[in-house]
Amino acid sequence: MYLALLISPLLGAIFSGFLGFALGGKGSSIIATCSVLFSFLCSLVAFYEVGFCGDTCHITLFSWTSSSLFNINWGFLYDPVTCVMLIVVTSISTLVHLYSTSYMDSDPHLSRFVSYLSFFTFFMLILVTGDNFMQLFLGWEGVGVSSYLLINFWFTRIQANKSAIKAMVVNRVGDFGLALGIALIFYTFKTLDYTVIFASAPYFCTQDFYFPFLGFQVSRIDLIGFLLFIGSMGKSAQIGLHTWLPDAMEGPTPVSALIHAATMVTAGVFLIVRCSPLFELMNWASNFVILIGALTAFFAASTGLVQNDLKRVIAYSTCSQLGYMIFSCGLSNYSAAFFHLTNHAFFKALLFLGAGAIIHSISDEQDMRRMGSFVRNSPYVYSCMTLGSLALMGFPYLSGFYSKDVIIETSYNSFFVDASFSFVLGLLAAFCTAFYSFRLSYLTFLNKPAGFKHTFSNFHETSSTMVFVLSVLCVGSMFSGFVLKDIFVGMGSDFWSNSIYLDPNHRVPFTDYEYIPTSIKLIPIFCGLSGASLSTLFLHFYFNKKIPQEFINSFEGSIYFKLYKLVVNFLGERWYFDKVYNNFVAKPLLNFGYYVSLNTLDKGAIEIVGPYGASYIVPRISKQLSILQSGYIYDYASKVLLGLVLVTLPTGFVYTLLMIW
Amino acid sequence: MNNTIISFALLSLVLVPLLSSLGLLFSSSLVHVRNIGIFSSVLTFGISLFIWGFHTPFDPYFVIDPLNFSFLREDFYIFFADGISTLFVVLTSFLIPICLLSIQGTVDREKEYSAALLLLQGFIHCIFLIPNVFLFYIFFESVLIPMYFIIGVMGSRSRRIYAAYMLVLYTLFGSVPMLFAILYLYAVFGTFDYFQLVTLLNLENGCLSEDTKRLLWLAFFMGFAVKVPMVPFHIWLPEAHVEAPTAGSVILAGILLKIGTYGLLRYSIPFFKEASLYFSPMVYVLSCIAIVYTSLTTLRQIDLKKIVAYSSVAHMGYVTMGLFSLTSTGIAGAILIMISHGFVSSALFLCIGVVYDRYKTRIYKYYSGIAQFMPAFTIIFLIFTMANLGLPGTSSFPGEFLVILGTFEVNALASVIAVFGTILSAAYALWMFNRVSFGALKSTYISTLSDINTREFFFLFPLLLATIFFGVYPNYILNAIHLDLDTILSVGSSKDTASIMCTIEDISKISFSSCVDPYADLKTYLRSDGFLKEFFIHVRSGKMHRVISLFDTDTMVSQFQNIYFFKYKTFAEITNGGDKSLARYAICQC
Repeated sequence: MYLALLISPLLGAIFSGFLGFALGGKGSSIIATCSVLFSFLCSLVAFYEVGFCGDTCHITLFSWTSSSLFNINWGFLYDPVTCVMLIVVTSISTLVHLYSTSYMDSDPHLSRFVSYLSFFTFFMLILVTGDNFMQLFLGWEGVGVSSYLLINFWFTRIQANKSAIKAMVVNRVGDFGLALGIALIFYTFKTLDYTVIFASAPYFCTQDFYFPFLGFQVSRIDLIGFLLFIGSMGKSAQIGLHTWLPDAMEGPTPVSALIHAATMVTAGVFLIVRCSPLFELMNWASNFVILIGALTAFFAASTGLVQNDLKRVIAYSTCSQLGYMIFSCGLSNYSAAFFHLTNHAFFKALLFLGAGAIIHSISDEQDMRRMGSFVRNSPYVYSCMTLGSLALMGFPYLSGFYSKDVIIETSYNSFFVDASFSFVLGLLAAFCTAFYSFRLSYLTFLNKPAGFKHTFSNFHETSSTMVFVLSVLCVGSMFSGFVLKDIFVGMGSDFWSNSIYLDPNHRVPFTDYEYIPTSIKLIPIFCGLSGASLSTLFLHFYFNKKIPQEFINSFEGSIYFKLYKLVVNFLGERWYFDKVYNNFVAKPLLNFGYYVSLNTLDKGAIEIVGPYGASYIVPRISKQLSILQSGYIYDYASKVLLGLVLVTLPTGFVYTLLMIW
Repeated sequence: MNNTIISFALLSLVLVPLLSSLGLLFSSSLVHVRNIGIFSSVLTFGISLFIWGFHTPFDPYFVIDPLNFSFLREDFYIFFADGISTLFVVLTSFLIPICLLSIQGTVDREKEYSAALLLLQGFIHCIFLIPNVFLFYIFFESVLIPMYFIIGVMGSRSRRIYAAYMLVLYTLFGSVPMLFAILYLYAVFGTFDYFQLVTLLNLENGCLSEDTKRLLWLAFFMGFAVKVPMVPFHIWLPEAHVEAPTAGSVILAGILLKIGTYGLLRYSIPFFKEASLYFSPMVYVLSCIAIVYTSLTTLRQIDLKKIVAYSSVAHMGYVTMGLFSLTSTGIAGAILIMISHGFVSSALFLCIGVVYDRYKTRIYKYYSGIAQFMPAFTIIFLIFTMANLGLPGTSSFPGEFLVILGTFEVNALASVIAVFGTILSAAYALWMFNRVSFGALKSTYISTLSDINTREFFFLFPLLLATIFFGVYPNYILNAIHLDLDTILSVGSSKDTASIMCTIEDISKISFSSCVDPYADLKTYLRSDGFLKEFFIHVRSGKMHRVISLFDTDTMVSQFQNIYFFKYKTFAEITNGGDKSLARYAICQC
């Protein structure tokens, strides 16, 4: 059963993809959905056996690569962390498969689409079940390729092409770190098996194990963590390597829901949680993790404030939530991060699929400024989206409330500078989250109609399949936090058993958050509510022209207006990340490739020294030499004479000198 | 196994292609040409598989003198096939039928073309199978003759003459120093025989000084570096690829480049061990330049074949880096990349040939959106593109990964740069795939586009299978070459190995007596409890790995590995607080 749940999506992908022409869109989507559903049912059993009964399962198939000490098996490890991921991946995947059959039903390439989705699910399962780093890397790259294909699904659009390549290449930058991290792990531990590495990691921490690099002595465990985290940054779209995620919204919306919200982007968090025995032993690397996570949470939330594309707002929101998970991991609060991952998967999939329902209804319009008043056209989608937004901003007793607040509270509770930093940024991000969520809601649903007439006249109903999927996700977003809280982050819960390791000496035990003052506990909720109400009130006054004209005039004249414009520009340009990367990284490299290495060297210096030089010089020399051969006997005779003189004269001279001496 | 049968098989590996190429020239009808070509090349492939099948780790290689034929010296062997050379012979004979299939009906002079390909195959088999330095040189050069005709006569543009000259002159220029070095070796040792030279050159008090050996290493390196090609000598390769017809490119990328790296592995490293170590930083620098610099160049190419050609230079950079890491992991990875590159770049050239037959151009700006009209082709092209950028699950990945691991132990900076190359490889490979397959279709070419036909499917599909099979189970290759690698890394008398062992500080207490089994004492020591403790420390400090790679016996390595795993699993069990499943796992490992 453990292997069947892995192989079933692959079979589904192969059948629906290669036999798509025979099965048709409907047939292949039924096959793919059933295969993923089967794998979901198996995951439920696995979750019960491994998670609740505590029977960790480890399967080794056969050797993959072995060369002297390097020996990697195809092995599968099912521990609680894996099983929670299995549930998340397969449940969301099943729902998205189901949703796509309706969402994409007019697309002639539906069978190709579901095939890609199943293919993605297979690699995601490989990623989470692998028992060694090499298999993790296989899944890691496999989901990257699937993401490339899915972003590129409507491949005739140049934007989709660009985003797909960008996603893959930026992810490769992260993989650069991951691959080096794995190499360093092998260098240190001489194996890539999780069990062996995690068991013997403390030894490499207690002793002085350093790695000499460019003359520096770097602590090996810290360096490993740092490099692995670079990989996480790429996959989980942390600040610096996040640029691909908003662009990936060019793909179909179900893809955004499955890959770029619920599953693939959480692989980075999964990697850190999986390597908790390593990350627990780190010093400066974990500070780096906290820093990056907190910065991402704030950066993405602030950028989300001014985005106008419906999907991009949600994408930045995803990025920001991943930041929460990452800094929570840096604070040794792995179980809370994982709890947030699970809840986030539900409500973010809900948001994306809800947005998809809207976009589908109005024939692929995505700009929020051209929407409005959809609350009258599709009230059900409106309630779903609002529910998702509330869960996202952590409204009490919805799922986000249980996980996000735990993360923020623990960051308050750890008495370190970096923890306080993440606490402040986390609160700011919570405010921004509520602000943009309600801005999205207001602009899309509540505002006066702002689009073209045909957008509204062609509005068609959301199909029953989509409504069903949204309902299931609504139930998940409402209850997953409440139901799972005691299991995941409850006091004394032994659910995670060995799969998450906490070093008792490292940080304050995270369950201490239960004892912090109520006033502090209320701050995140206050931030969320104030953000939401501010955004709604502001937009309401603005669009209904209730702001006094004198106030607007005086504001536009003041210095604050300049500042406001500066900030909005800065946020609108996404903190200038893309600009810097394009102008200072991509272009110089491409120019180097053309002007330096191709034109100056390959077609220049090397060719001049090599073939062109030879073909230039050799004929000339031979021409010079051929002049000597004139064919006249007196010419030759004079040359012989000249030669004789030239040879004998110095010889005679030297001889005479010697004689005299 | 009867030795005569294998002798006969080895002999026929060379004779069948040569004779059938001769026969092709005298056959009149095109049908005969095709039948003879396909039949003989498939027969050769079968024979090579037969020889591959008789390789077991216990019987590492065949040294055979089939005709009792010794014209230079008494102990002169004609054929020699260990795991590595058989591997390359199998690769060659696997690619030739594919090439013959791919030229059917797409070129003018099919008869001469097929004959040249078969002639080439015969010469290449000689290179891989004959353990003689001088004959190696002769066949190394004679490969140029059919190649010259394939590029210079069968090529498409007038620039083909220039490209053919460049190929020939570059190789000749590079191999002149190598010829001098070979003659020098003969003058000193009086033999061209590979085994004798290996032994004589690795004697403790040999008659050549280390400086002389370094000079000789450089001379050999010149010849091989041009062929690989390494960076300053690489510009003949894109020219040759662009001008060569499809099958010529396949042979060039798939096999001819491997001759250079095979030479480095077979001759440079075992002959001049110290010099190889001495010059390895230089090779790292050249490889790093090859990886980064050619990848950047690749990004700006507009000719599809040039993109694949330049990316070949980058991949060969990985190979040389892995070879000169001089660890068994790195070299095994390098061999895996060589084999995988033989499949992947050949397949990419074939794919380009397929679209070239429809578009009659290779400039990418005419291409766009062929996924709409050639879906099956696009899937195949996608898989090979992914293999080109080293995706796990395809055959390129294990090789690249092993090279990175092997180099990391020796020179971390070089491996960092090598990993950086994977980012660039993703960029150029995806960009190429995207520009050809995706985007809006250019309406001019709609009438000419049709999906791949049966013939095209049959020459791409075997490569596809091989790419995926060796990605999932690279052990099939690794197990076969494992012993030969240890032989190459530790050639010389066992006394030498022992002395190297003893120089490693902490194991100096191991004493070696000159009994029948030189490792008997060591084995006893390995089984003792005292050693287990010692070993545990050494494995962690990373010293043991080097020691193990010096041994040339499989049993020794497995002995080490057993102890190693046993200890670690037990350790894991203790520290994890008695997890049930872990304990079970530990018991299984015991």
